[in-house]
Amino acid sequence: MTGTPTRKGERRRKGEELMVPRAEFDSYYGRPVIKAPAWKDRDIAGYFFTGGLAGAGSVLAAGAQLTGRRTMAKTLKVSSLAAVSLSTAALINDLGRPDRFLNMLRVCKPTSPMSVGSWLLAGYGPLAGAAAASAVTGWLPRAGAAATGAAALLGPAVATYTAVLAADTAVPAWHGAHRELPYLFAASATAAASGMALVTSPTSENAPARYAALLAAAADKAAVTAAERRLGMVAETYRSGRAGKLLRCAQALTVAGAATAGLLGRRSRPAAVAGGLALLTGSALTRFGVFHAGLASAEDPKYTVEPQRRGQE
Amino acid sequence: MTGVFFETGSLFSGPERDPAGDAGHPDPPERVGFFTDTSVCIGCKACEVACKEWNAIPEDGLSLTGMSYDNTQGLGASTWRHVAFIEQSGPHEVPEEVPDESQPAGDMRWLMSSDVCKHCTHAACLDVCPTGSLFRTEYGTVVVQEDICNGCGYCVPACPYGVIEQRADDGRAFKCTMCYDRLGAGQEPACAKACPTDSIQFGPLDELRERAALRVDQLQEAGVPGARLYGHDPEDGVGGDGAFFLLLDEPEVYGLPPDPVVTTRDLPAMWKHAGAAALSLAAGAAASFVLPAILGRKGRR
Ligand code: SF4
Ligand code: SF4
Repeated sequence: MTGTPTRKGERRRKGEELMVPRAEFDSYYGRPVIKAPAWKDRDIAGYFFTGGLAGAGSVLAAGAQLTGRRTMAKTLKVSSLAAVSLSTAALINDLGRPDRFLNMLRVCKPTSPMSVGSWLLAGYGPLAGAAAASAVTGWLPRAGAAATGAAALLGPAVATYTAVLAADTAVPAWHGAHRELPYLFAASATAAASGMALVTSPTSENAPARYAALLAAAADKAAVTAAERRLGMVAETYRSGRAGKLLRCAQALTVAGAATAGLLGRRSRPAAVAGGLALLTGSALTRFGVFHAGLASAEDPKYTVEPQRRGQE
Repeated sequence: MTGVFFETGSLFSGPERDPAGDAGHPDPPERVGFFTDTSVCIGCKACEVACKEWNAIPEDGLSLTGMSYDNTQGLGASTWRHVAFIEQSGPHEVPEEVPDESQPAGDMRWLMSSDVCKHCTHAACLDVCPTGSLFRTEYGTVVVQEDICNGCGYCVPACPYGVIEQRADDGRAFKCTMCYDRLGAGQEPACAKACPTDSIQFGPLDELRERAALRVDQLQEAGVPGARLYGHDPEDGVGGDGAFFLLLDEPEVYGLPPDPVVTTRDLPAMWKHAGAAALSLAAGAAASFVLPAILGRKGRR
């Protein structure tokens, strides 16, 4: 669609009624109706990934601690701290005025997922830090356990609120999937955290990570399918172009990673590591894919206009 | 309002009689707005120039688009009024009294329309702004506070009309303020002041809505096809625009969304699903620890 504001095939002599129905959709010279975010994918899609890895990692870490899987608990706590630090750095880096990042905590606004998220991170970050510090140094084990538990309580929120952050926009590929995206992000976060656990813990401890990987892969597939069904014509943006490529690779890696870990990860450490790496990469690619689907849907006016027209009918 | 730590917002969607009062302004003045009657716009761009001048907006490109007489292209961080220019080939009604039958009836027309921030009743940009930089003024308009904005860029994709934007070299977000400074001094905004045809009308919103209803009736009676109001209806997806329009064709022809909805209308549903997803994550993780314990015990002899 070139978008010139003319109507195809409509000619009329004076006095005749307009018989030809109007073209499916007009646009202003093909220009987008809404503005795509100026966010950089490395920062924001990267943030979705690291936030998920951190949040779901804290949950698995608490489980590992409760069931006496010491290596897994420790490495996941460290990875959660690293991931949440990275994600905070990415968020600040993406600001137009990084020196004003503290303004994020100037108000607390439930209508702004970014405000809610900032407060969530402000609470979760120190807990993840305390849990990791205690696990590494062995100091203050009681306080460490308490921090581990509290981080595990906030972790699922850290992993899923980013879906609301994306969906609470006019971007058709994100807003249109606002019911499904949180489940996709939860699944993808679990895939990443289980991948990290598979990479870093011995086979004697990795059983929960293998189960979590299988559950996550299945849930990921189900959520993507549901989102695409809901999106109708906008689902094109998840299947084509850069987003399509990213999401196809993501699916393949997630499935392959979960299968490898599930089938071979019990006996073979290299297989567990390979599966874990595939799961981590798959999760990252899922976030980049969703991010770029959003950009593609914002840049072509038809994804804004056609669903709105259909809604009016 | 700013200064209040907990910003609860107000209604997410639907008709809202008093956005300023609802935002915490005690006893606010009448809500004001723009009615842009595109049927009398001549595309002179006096509004664009007046806006740039008054608000001291930096230059943002002197390129020729080659697509039409519109070289501004769209609203943005440094373009707060944008005159759209559309050249259409027919078929279009021509007035009955075309004098000379030998002359072919016109099968081409120009549409011109001065676009601006809609100052939505339910403004997504304002709802999602995490710093409270965007706020509702006592006049019911929506304004960015440049000393607070940290350039998070969230408002940009939130706006259903593609209005607000970050300035690349500055990082912060900018948009029309409806000349907040002039309103305070009892003056009308610069664009409305400069418009030579009164295509841009400024005033109390209720009055403008009445005037617009009369005008669109008049045009429809005169047989102007496609004359319609856009953004005037408090029942629409954004609760009605503070800046609304009389258009002569479908909104998308002018680059406007046909049926915009404030994204925060669905925010309660989003939080609900995020909560459920968070619980599923926790449940899935719990299951991953419980299952191997049960199955492992069975497996062991
Ligand atoms: S048109 Fe966009 S920028 Fe203007 S008030 Fe509405 S949401 Fe905000
Ligand atoms: S860019 Fe500025 S005005 Fe826009 S949402 Fe962020 S802080 Fe608010």
